[in-house]
Amino acid sequence: MSINNIFNKNLKIINTGIESFKENAEQAGAVSIQVDWKPPVDIDDEVWEKINLKEKEINRANQNALNIILSGKPCLIGMDIAENIIPGMKKNLILHSGPPIEWERMSGPTKGAVIGALIYEGMAKTPEEAEKLAASDEIEYAPCHEHDTVGPMAGIVSASMPVFIVKNEEYGNLAFCTQNEGLGKVLRYGAYSNEVINRLKWMEQTMYPILKKAIENLGKIDLKNIIAQALHMGDEVHNRNRAGTSLFYRAIAPAIIKTSENRIEMAEVLDFINGNDHFFLNLSMPAAKATLDAAKNIPNSSIVLALARNGTDFGIRLAGTGNQWFTGKAPIPDALFFPGFTKDDANPDIGDSAITETAGLGGFAIAASPAIVQFVGGTAKDAVNYTLAMYEISFAENNIYQIPYLNFRGTPTGIDVRKVIANNLTPFIDTGVAHKKPGVGQVGAGVLSAPIEPFKKAIIGLSKELI
Amino acid sequence: MIKGIIKKGLYFDSVTLMIISKDLNKIKGISDSSVVMGTKENKAILKMADLYINIFDNSDDTDMLISINSESEKSYQNALNFIEEKLNSVRNSSDDTNDFKPKSFESALKLMPDANLSLISVAGKYAVREVEKALNSNLHVMLFSDNVSIQNELLLKTKASEKGLLLMGPDCGTAIINGIPLAFANMVNKGNIGIVAASGTGLQEVSSIISNLGEGISQAIGTGGRDVKKEIGGIMFIEALKALENDEQTKLITLISKPPHPDVLKKIAVEIKRIKKPIVAVFIGADEETVANSGAVPAHNLEQAAYISVALAKKEDYETAIAKLKSRKDKLLSIAEKYSKNKTGKYIRGLFSGGTLCDEAQLLLKGSLGYTYSNTPLNPDYQLKNIWKSQKHTIIDLGEDEFTSGRPHPMIDFSIRNKRIIDEANDSETAVILLDVVLGFGSNIAPDEELSPVIREAKLLSPNLSIICSVTGTDKDPQNRSKVITNLKNAGAIVMNTNVEAVELAENIINL
Repeated sequence: MSINNIFNKNLKIINTGIESFKENAEQAGAVSIQVDWKPPVDIDDEVWEKINLKEKEINRANQNALNIILSGKPCLIGMDIAENIIPGMKKNLILHSGPPIEWERMSGPTKGAVIGALIYEGMAKTPEEAEKLAASDEIEYAPCHEHDTVGPMAGIVSASMPVFIVKNEEYGNLAFCTQNEGLGKVLRYGAYSNEVINRLKWMEQTMYPILKKAIENLGKIDLKNIIAQALHMGDEVHNRNRAGTSLFYRAIAPAIIKTSENRIEMAEVLDFINGNDHFFLNLSMPAAKATLDAAKNIPNSSIVLALARNGTDFGIRLAGTGNQWFTGKAPIPDALFFPGFTKDDANPDIGDSAITETAGLGGFAIAASPAIVQFVGGTAKDAVNYTLAMYEISFAENNIYQIPYLNFRGTPTGIDVRKVIANNLTPFIDTGVAHKKPGVGQVGAGVLSAPIEPFKKAIIGLSKELI
Repeated sequence: MIKGIIKKGLYFDSVTLMIISKDLNKIKGISDSSVVMGTKENKAILKMADLYINIFDNSDDTDMLISINSESEKSYQNALNFIEEKLNSVRNSSDDTNDFKPKSFESALKLMPDANLSLISVAGKYAVREVEKALNSNLHVMLFSDNVSIQNELLLKTKASEKGLLLMGPDCGTAIINGIPLAFANMVNKGNIGIVAASGTGLQEVSSIISNLGEGISQAIGTGGRDVKKEIGGIMFIEALKALENDEQTKLITLISKPPHPDVLKKIAVEIKRIKKPIVAVFIGADEETVANSGAVPAHNLEQAAYISVALAKKEDYETAIAKLKSRKDKLLSIAEKYSKNKTGKYIRGLFSGGTLCDEAQLLLKGSLGYTYSNTPLNPDYQLKNIWKSQKHTIIDLGEDEFTSGRPHPMIDFSIRNKRIIDEANDSETAVILLDVVLGFGSNIAPDEELSPVIREAKLLSPNLSIICSVTGTDKDPQNRSKVITNLKNAGAIVMNTNVEAVELAENIINL
C-alpha cells in the first residue's frame, strides 16, 4: 500500500459517527455508506484485553465449533418414553425450559405446567394437591438443556411423557423433545384442565405408538433436509412451522398407513398433525439442539450454544464455558395479543424454543418468512433488516439453511458473544406469549431482543476460562 | 353491548387481523373487540373472551368474524368503518421501511468491499478500535474524534505508516481528498497546490483563499494538531509530504501548522530540502528564523501562505504578491478612519469559532497592542479570570472545550457566540467586535441568518460599535460566500476578505 494509492480514485467512504459527513461527501460526489454505530456494551477493559489477547485462539475455536455445527446432521430416529431414554430421567424429576430455577421463583405458566404434569403422572389428584407436592422436597427440577432435551414454552417433561429421539448422525449425540400439543389451552402454556390432561393421555396412548411404529418403519427422517425446504416455503421454523409440518406429514403419512391397523386412530393422528401448524416445532427444536450440542466444550469458543428462558430468567450457554449458565431477567415480548388480552396479561419470555435462533433459524431466518412479518413491524423489509442485522453478531453463514429473498444467502449462524457485546446488539427472537397466570394458555405472539445481561456475564465468564 | 357481523369469504391472515383489533380498541367507546377468521379455535377464544355472538354459529374457516363491545350504536358504526378502512389499506399499503444499515464496520465493508477511506467521528474512547479495524482492512482513515490518548495516536500512526496508509487525526477536522471535502471543509477549485496541515481552520482559510484567487487544490491532507509534537514526531506530516511529492497533480506544496517541536521541524526540514517541488510553509507563531531554516518559502500568516502559493502556482514572483498585500495598508487606514471617528469604547473583542484563526488574530495584534486576554492566550499571564467576561483586549476561541461541553461546535451552534456579541455590545469599553465566519460542509448552513439579527441588535445597543467579520469559504460552498457577505453587510457588519485583513482593520480602528 501507499498513500498515493488513494489519490485520483473515486472516494468510497465508510462513515462511522456523524451522519452529515456522509451526506456532505455524497453531495460532493463521493460514494459513502453509513455505519449504524452504537457504543459497545460497557465491559471492564481488563475483560476486553483478555479477550483481545486471545483473539486468534478464540477465532480458531469458533471456526472449529462452526465446522461441527454446520456439518451436523439431525435426523428423527425414533420415539420412547422419557424415563427410558432421557439420561438421568426419573419419576420424581421434572424438566423445565430455560436455566435452573426453584419452585418459588417459577413463573405462572411454568407452575401451571408442573401442576398439570403431576396430575398427568397420577402423583396428584387435584391442582391444590399438585401444588403442595410441587413445593415439597419430593419433586426435583432440572433444566431440559441439562438432560439433552428442549421444551417449548414451559417445556415441562415428566417421566412417562413420550419424546422424539433426534440423533446428530455426524457426531452421534442425541436430543429429545415431547410431541407438540397444538394451540389454545395446552400444558406448555401452563394450562392443566381435564381437557389438557386428556389430550396428553391421548397423545401418549394413541398418537405415540402409531408415530413410533411409523418412524421405525422409515428408519429415520432427515430433519435438516425438511428444515432447509421449509425455509424455502416460508417457515422460519420457530413461529411459523406450517411448511415443516406439511413436509413431515408427507413423510410420515404413508408409513402410518403401512404400520397401523386401526383406521379411526390413524385418521385421528393424521388429523391432529394436519390441524396443528406447530407440530414441527417440536422437531425443529431438538434438531437445533442436536446440531449445537455436538460443539459443546470447545475451550476458548465464544459461540452461543443455547438461548433459553424459563419465564423468569433468560439464560445462555457458550461452547467455551462448559455447562455454566449466564442469566438475566427475562423481558416481556413485544406482542400482538389474542382478543381479550393485553400486555398486562403477558408472562415474561419463556421456552427453550430460542434454540432455533441459536442454530441460525427463527428470528435469524425471519427474512425467509414473509407470512409472519407483521410480527416484526409489518413489512417484508423489516423482516429482511432483522435477518441482516443478525449477520452482525454471527460468526458464519449457514451452508444448508438459506434465504431465497437474499439470493439464497445462508442464514446467520453461530452467535458470537464478542460481537453481541461489541455491536451492542442482542439476538432477535420471535416467540409465543403465555398468560402470566397458570392455566390460561397462550395470549399472543411477538418478538423480542434478548436482554444484554447474560451476554455481559458470559463474556466475563469466558475471559476467565481462556487457555 | 356486543354486536358483530360475519364477512363471508373474506380472508386475511391472523396477524393483520390482530393488528386491526389492537388499534380498534383505541377507538372511543370501544371496550373490547375482535376481528378473526371463523375457525373452531378462534370461536373458542371468542367464547372465552365473552365476544361470541350467536350469528357466528353459521360461519366457517373462510369467513371473517367481527365482534365489538361498544357503548353506543355510533361507536359501533365508527368501529366498523375503521375496520373497513384498515382492511383496504393493508392490501394497498406501500413499503416505506428504511433500507438496512450495517451495524458495524465489518458489515459495511462487506456491503462496500472496495471502500478506501474510513471516516470516524465516534467518541474518542471508542474510536481507537474503529481505527484499528480500518487499518487492518487496509483502509485510509480520517479520524475526526478527539480524546484519543497520545500513546494510542503514536501506536496507530506507526501502524498506518508501516502499512502505507493515511491516518488523518485524531482531532482532524478538515481534509480534501480527490476534491471531496471531508468533515469541516470547503468546496474549492481543483488545481495543483497540495496542502499538508496540522490545523483544521488553517487549512480551510488557506484553501479557500487559494480557490477565491482562482487557483486550486490537488489534495489537502490534515494530520491533527498533535502530529508535529515531540511524542508523535511528525509521522503523518512527513508521510503526507512525501505522498504529495510523488503525486503528479501536485506541483507545489503548502505546509500549515503551529510551530512544530524543534526535533520534528528538523525532520521536516530534511524532507523539504530533499524534495524538488516548491514548498511554502506557515508555522503560525514561529519566529522567522525557524521557518527560514526549514528551507521552505516562509509565510507569516495564513493569507500570505495562500498568496505566495498562488503566485508560485502561476509561476509568478511571490515577492510581488507579498508587496501587493502590504500595499493595501493605505486603503485599510482610510476605512479605519471612517469607523474610528465616532468610536466610544477602546477595546477589541474577538469572538472566534476557529482555533487557528483565533491564534492568528492574537499573534497579529501582539505587534501594536501587545498580548491580548484569552481563554487560550499566547502568554499565560493573560489568561482570562472568567472566560465568560472579557478584559481589555480579549480574543477568545469559542471552540474550546470549556465553551462547547454538551453542545455542538460554534461553527454549527451560534447561540453562545450570539449571546456573547450582545454582552460585548452592552459593554461600553468595546470598540470593535471581531468575528470569523467559517463556511463549508459541516458548518451551519445559514450563518448569515444566525448572525444578522444579532448584528442588528448589537448596532442598536451601541451604534458606533464596529463589527468586523471575515468569511472563510467559497461561492461553491453550500452557504455561498458572496450571499453570506452581502447579508452580513446589509445587517451592518464590515466584511473583510481574510482573517488577517479583518484583524488589521480592527487594529487600525483602535490605534487611530
